[in-house]
Amino acid sequence: MTNEGIAQAIIDIIKDIVPDEDCSNIDPAVALRDQLELDSMDFLDIVMELRKLYNVEVPEAEYGELATLDSCVAYLEPKMKDI
Amino acid sequence: MSGLAAGIRLAHYGKKVLVLEKHAIPGGLNSHFSKDGRRFDVGLHAMTNFVERKQRSAPLTKLLRQLRIPYDELDLVEQSYSAIDFPENKICFGNSFTMMSDEIAREFPSEVDGFMKLVEHVKTYDDVSLDAKYISAQEVVASFIQSKVLRDMIFCPVMYYGSAVEDDMDFSQFCIMFKSLYLEGFCRPRTGVRHLLRILRKKLLENGAEVRMKTGVKEILRHNNKAIGVQLENGETIHAQNVLSSAGYGETLEMLNDEVPAGVAGELSFVESILVLDTPVKDLGLDETIIFFNREEEFHYRKTTSPYSCKSGVICMPGNFNYDDEVEREGLVRFTSLANYYLWKEMDETTYRRTKEEFVKEQINTSGFGDKIRDRVVYTDAFTPLTVKKFTSHINGAIYGSPIKVKSGAFDTENLYLCGTDQGFLGIVGALLSGISISNKYLLL
Repeated sequence: MTNEGIAQAIIDIIKDIVPDEDCSNIDPAVALRDQLELDSMDFLDIVMELRKLYNVEVPEAEYGELATLDSCVAYLEPKMKDI
Repeated sequence: MSGLAAGIRLAHYGKKVLVLEKHAIPGGLNSHFSKDGRRFDVGLHAMTNFVERKQRSAPLTKLLRQLRIPYDELDLVEQSYSAIDFPENKICFGNSFTMMSDEIAREFPSEVDGFMKLVEHVKTYDDVSLDAKYISAQEVVASFIQSKVLRDMIFCPVMYYGSAVEDDMDFSQFCIMFKSLYLEGFCRPRTGVRHLLRILRKKLLENGAEVRMKTGVKEILRHNNKAIGVQLENGETIHAQNVLSSAGYGETLEMLNDEVPAGVAGELSFVESILVLDTPVKDLGLDETIIFFNREEEFHYRKTTSPYSCKSGVICMPGNFNYDDEVEREGLVRFTSLANYYLWKEMDETTYRRTKEEFVKEQINTSGFGDKIRDRVVYTDAFTPLTVKKFTSHINGAIYGSPIKVKSGAFDTENLYLCGTDQGFLGIVGALLSGISISNKYLLL
């Protein structure tokens, strides 16, 4: 999966979790939490959906890597590039 | 209700889920029935925790996200307003908090500052911590409010809508209830609790869970101190990696054949009646959705010394939600009063039937508007603590379960977890959140 693909995958997951949020103007460098009102339960769901959809494991100690869209892509690239 | 929510979460993430329901209809305390061609809801009069869709961080919107249920699907209608009616004072409150603060400013001008400080304290208190210790809510509230009457008035709805402890409650539970009643508010699905249960059941099946109705659990099977499955009332044995019980704390211990420690069994139960009137209640000049009342000098929330007591109680008029439609609805009034399970249990059939008729009459008499409705009743149904026992299977017909809550949701037995009333979150929204939280904490990762 390309980096754009990974970013899109994350956005699709967020859209599924918070269908009412406007995801069209996410700044990839700014924390998702500051733009989208996601709480810790929502972040758990991003992790769970990654596992469900792409078989990607994110250990609890590394949840922080999912803070921004850019950091998501950087962190997930090695795990998802071959998908 | 908590079990359904847990099942939805777990099945969504690919766990193999089997939901076992003892009765023909799910919901436990919050359920519905049809009788003589009429459909009734039982359990809570309203859903608490009402917020608009845009308030993302509230319990209601949070749990809908977790269950992937769109807000609009609930088809919620809001209350008109509700009231706390005491001998010398009356405070109305609605889904906008300003109504309550204005009313308190009018009735108790010298307490306004203390009250607003209490509200701030409640808002910032960490009430969902799963390992908090019991703190007396009476003591905390008394440190903000001088007037015993105002304290009693604040406690009356909070206790009636969720306390399993007599005359007091844990402060974190007080905070959960305070926010859900006064800072958020009342609503209901337009067609009642059956609509919500239908949504939950549909979602559960869509996600691939199996649901078996009329299938009671007789025993939780254990090996080397680990839960390994259940034995059903029909004799069948089912093995499972984990068992999540929404039966209650003491009730689950009983299913393990463990001793139920002293103080675990709940004591507080209710009698309740549903009256159908020949006219909508609005036409009789009754506008409140719910009235919490107390007719004595001091308010007491405890097991009664007689089979029931109508000295205080709750009156719900389900016709007084803001339906914004043209559907004709029968006039309905529901009364709830405190009761004593043991005294009902001892009665022979004749006394039982007679006492049931008596309490309905007394509920009408103490309602404050008995003259308006007495001759208009066309249909009555009534419940006792024994009915509560039958449908919730709670020990002693305890309406809100055990006074001892197990917030962690864990037992000494491994792979066995608790959700629902006795895990400590209250009401319909609380039950759903409980199922979600315990699943997230122990069973999902």
